[in-house]
Amino acid sequence: MNHLSRSNAPISNDAWDLLDEEAKEQLTPALAARKLVDFSGPHGWEHSASNLGRVSRVAGSPVDGVDVRQRRVLPLIELRDEFTISREELRNADRGAEDADLDPLDQAAQRIARAENTSVLHGFAAAGIEGVTESSSHPPITLSEDFDDYPGHAAKAVEMLLAAGVGGPYGLALGPRCYTGVIESTEHGGILVFDHLRQILGGPIVWAPGVDGAIVVSMRGGDFLFESGQDLSVGYDSHDGDNLRLYLEESFSFRVAGDEAAVALVHSG
Amino acid sequence: MPTEQYHEPPDELPPETRTYARLITSLIEEAEAIGWYDQRLAIEPDEEARAIMRDAQGEEFKHFSMDLEFLLRRTPAWREIAEGILFQPGDIVEHGEEAEEEALAAGPEQPTPGDKSGSLGIGSLRGAGL
Repeated sequence: MNHLSRSNAPISNDAWDLLDEEAKEQLTPALAARKLVDFSGPHGWEHSASNLGRVSRVAGSPVDGVDVRQRRVLPLIELRDEFTISREELRNADRGAEDADLDPLDQAAQRIARAENTSVLHGFAAAGIEGVTESSSHPPITLSEDFDDYPGHAAKAVEMLLAAGVGGPYGLALGPRCYTGVIESTEHGGILVFDHLRQILGGPIVWAPGVDGAIVVSMRGGDFLFESGQDLSVGYDSHDGDNLRLYLEESFSFRVAGDEAAVALVHSG
Repeated sequence: MPTEQYHEPPDELPPETRTYARLITSLIEEAEAIGWYDQRLAIEPDEEARAIMRDAQGEEFKHFSMDLEFLLRRTPAWREIAEGILFQPGDIVEHGEEAEEEALAAGPEQPTPGDKSGSLGIGSLRGAGL
């Protein structure tokens, strides 16, 4: 048994399969950052820090004449989101019910995906994570209220990246508001805004819950580094009567190696 | 372009499956090369030639190991079984049976309640999207 304590849970193998499958179905569309950045791992729950290849000088020395330097590392963060599932609902699933109420799991999956996206794409200072937009060396582009203008914004962002020597293809993360507007819009002449964006970017367009505005990123690789310790997993905490307390959990670090490889597109005001 | 590594029509396979197939083929080729050098070394009397072959075989060891690590990272159930077998002293077959039983109790890609990792196996989604 590992730290997830799954074998301690009063849950059948079939019900575990159901929970895992439901979690995966909810998470996969929402994990926008992973669709745009380099992914390394998973390296395991015991993996605690990413090597930065840098050192800090340490004041003083145990022996005169000996320099001391200390390695700098980026610690992984742990994201954990607890939720409660009814044991009766899982027993119903074991009986063949196909409409078991797993809403609390769905909501937790959406929350943890948003947390991952936000940490990677916008940063999370309290944990020392500098996100893609925070790190960008380019000035942000202000988004128009008119979605017909988005291809122009994307073309401008691509031009800024090219001018900085950053090749493509390019991906686009769209916050939920932008995404809805883009897929609903056509330009003059009947071209879908979405299709026009694809032609400009050459890479994926991603629905990105947790993102405010939009982000154009280079997909050339080597610029945005997501290091997974424990990949997203469902664990068991405890149970009490009909309530099963479970959680979604992962550990990861994120760092930007190429701050010139992304442009933020921000809402005005 | 040779596409012998594909068992199914390549156009119908997702990109990650094609990458996986390429690395599987590469792994096979590296293993074959290790075997070929082993045979050549067994019969080659010239010490200078043998030194070159030993060096070349070392390259193949490296390539094989890198291919294997890539594939294990992409296949949690395979990785778990490998962790139970590789670099373990004792009976190889016994370790293999135990590792297989633990890892595959609920199917090759499904984490079991006692699964060492318990991961959903999502991993990289790079390039996915519309």
